[in-house]
Amino acid sequence: MATTELVIKPRKGWQPFDFREAFLYRELLAFLIWRDIKIRYRQTLLGGLWSILQPLAGTLIFVLVFNRWAGVHSDGPPYSLFAFAGLAPWTFFSNSVTNSSNSLLASQQLVSRVYFPRIFIPLGTIGALLLDLTISLAVLGCMMIYYHWALSAKVLLLPIFLIGTIMAASGIGFAFSALNVLFRDVKYMVPFLLQMGLFITPVIYPVRYVPSRWQTLFGLNPMSGMVLGFRYCLLGSPVYWPLVLTSLLMCLILFFAGLMLFRRIERLFADVI
Amino acid sequence: MSNVIEVRNLSKQYRIGGVKTRNETFREFLVNTLKRPLRSFSNSENSGRDQSFWALRDVNFDVAQGEVVGIIGRNGAGKSTLLKIISRITDPTDGYIKVRGRLASLLEVGTGFHPELTGRENIFLNGAILGMSRTEIISKFDEIVAFSEIEQFLDTPVKRYSSGMYIRLAFAVAAHLNPEILVVDEVLAVGDMAFQKKCLGKMNDVSRSGRTILFVSHNISAIEHLCQRGIVLTHGNLAFSGTAKEAVQYYMHRAMGDGDTGTSGNFVDLSHAPGRWAQRRPLLRQLEFCPEDGKSLKAGVRVGAPLTIRVHFILPSPTSSFDIGLGFENLLGQRVFTAHTAFEPGRDHNQVTGPQVFVCEIPSLTFVPGEYVLRVWMDIGQVEVDKIDNAARFEVIPSDYYGTGKSPWNGIFVLKHHWSLVNPKETSEYAASEALPAIKPPLS
Repeated sequence: MATTELVIKPRKGWQPFDFREAFLYRELLAFLIWRDIKIRYRQTLLGGLWSILQPLAGTLIFVLVFNRWAGVHSDGPPYSLFAFAGLAPWTFFSNSVTNSSNSLLASQQLVSRVYFPRIFIPLGTIGALLLDLTISLAVLGCMMIYYHWALSAKVLLLPIFLIGTIMAASGIGFAFSALNVLFRDVKYMVPFLLQMGLFITPVIYPVRYVPSRWQTLFGLNPMSGMVLGFRYCLLGSPVYWPLVLTSLLMCLILFFAGLMLFRRIERLFADVI
Repeated sequence: MSNVIEVRNLSKQYRIGGVKTRNETFREFLVNTLKRPLRSFSNSENSGRDQSFWALRDVNFDVAQGEVVGIIGRNGAGKSTLLKIISRITDPTDGYIKVRGRLASLLEVGTGFHPELTGRENIFLNGAILGMSRTEIISKFDEIVAFSEIEQFLDTPVKRYSSGMYIRLAFAVAAHLNPEILVVDEVLAVGDMAFQKKCLGKMNDVSRSGRTILFVSHNISAIEHLCQRGIVLTHGNLAFSGTAKEAVQYYMHRAMGDGDTGTSGNFVDLSHAPGRWAQRRPLLRQLEFCPEDGKSLKAGVRVGAPLTIRVHFILPSPTSSFDIGLGFENLLGQRVFTAHTAFEPGRDHNQVTGPQVFVCEIPSLTFVPGEYVLRVWMDIGQVEVDKIDNAARFEVIPSDYYGTGKSPWNGIFVLKHHWSLVNPKETSEYAASEALPAIKPPLS
């Protein structure tokens, strides 16, 4: 027989990630992403418009509260462009972490009834949110046209920061979703952590508000560097490279650490969930 | 023939503390971790034994290519755990399974169905989750829709489906899986009779096409009809492996408790009946069969012969409101006849308690020859307190019921009836028709 032999035996300790298997099941990942997108706005009046309204409303509030009343200023471009360019990756990150942390619990039925690479469950929710990120970037494009703010060749570097953001969100999402199966505390911790994250990430304010000796330390928050990177590529804002590079490194570390933790806890899912 | 599944020393241990009273929160985890050294210090003797149980213990068997194997066992015998390990949902604690070939498992129909999605969308999603590729689903789409009989609701969200429609669609997808090895758990227990038959038929087709199937069911007649081999699990151990017929006999034999009472086999001990439903109290204790002339039940009951069944049971507290039901089912799982104490006119008891015996006398058992299984249940104050499937099994053997030497085989039961040939001129209809104009043959 040409078919492969599979041995099912106890797994202990750290597990390597099975890329071959993930590749075999790749269509399922596409289906899970498609499902998430399909059901997200079912039975809503505005439908997909929500993915535009959410960051727009957020930007409006930021412009009013922080720019007009509190006197926070951008690092060059109009504040609304500045805020939106930061809010787009942050919203993606924040929604990704929230949704993926709860994804395994929400898919209990799948986890206890059928086999496929479990990593696809958190990964699918994040994949679905990429559509929203794309839409918000399109909205940003429209805003840039409105403000006559030109795009430079720096935009070619955007994929680096896009991938960095996805890696950070996935790594944290993997870890939280797996831990959430063991300890429901994660569910309550996540909104709180994200709220805190918004304040220690230069989304609302430019990074020059942070004392310069703290700036590299700021890079330990992966999203700090990603937000700076997004603004750098899209709006040509100034960038502080030590911070950005630290963040990029953090994105990589978080991704692989999250993946390993997920693989380690994975075998307990069906028994514990 | 080569083995496509090899199970060796397979064991699965569940920690009771790890399943039922798991650390739900991080705080409990911390508290328990801190307490652990103290606990093991204080009662190290008992705790080790009580905290875990083996859902499976040293199970060994092989499945050859193209075999259809039925797995039988009472609730909690480890059937589902075995299927979960083969399906890679949970890891074994010890031992291993080797699987050669593409395996698909069906532990539930409609896994991954999303209520907000339409029937069409769910076919794709469910198919993908069960391991079908997109092109495979597209090529079988029309077949799936035809099988499910829900064409006109294809674009309706499944949350608006009736439960029957939902099951039909779910099974239709599952039935079109095309793996080399199929693992099926109890999925036939759903759906209406006609659809169940259709599913059994489909499974039969699948098994004839040379695919290997592992099949768990409570429906022992389905196991007997579909499977070649049978495996009986008891308390996580492999108790028997042989042909499906032998396995069912072994299982029933245990159910009948022949080994315990020894005598003529007319007593069935129900205290440890494997077919007892979960969360029922073992109040039904024994069935006693009294066929005609003190014969053994094993000899079979002749068509039309009397049969008396004495049901021994226990009433835990004084009551006058209690009922016993006996359901006779044929091998297709059809209920042929229900005997129930509520059908007895003028029943009026005083309050009683403790061991009791209800006697059910059937003057003439008019089933067609064949095997029948008995379901027995008990109500106290209209609440079902005990229920046992496959409580006993007996055979109805041919007899000269009609006194002609001709034995009935078709149908479900026999009935006394009479035929007589009469002279047409003597019937009143004939006299009436005589008064009318003669009936002309139709023009041809």
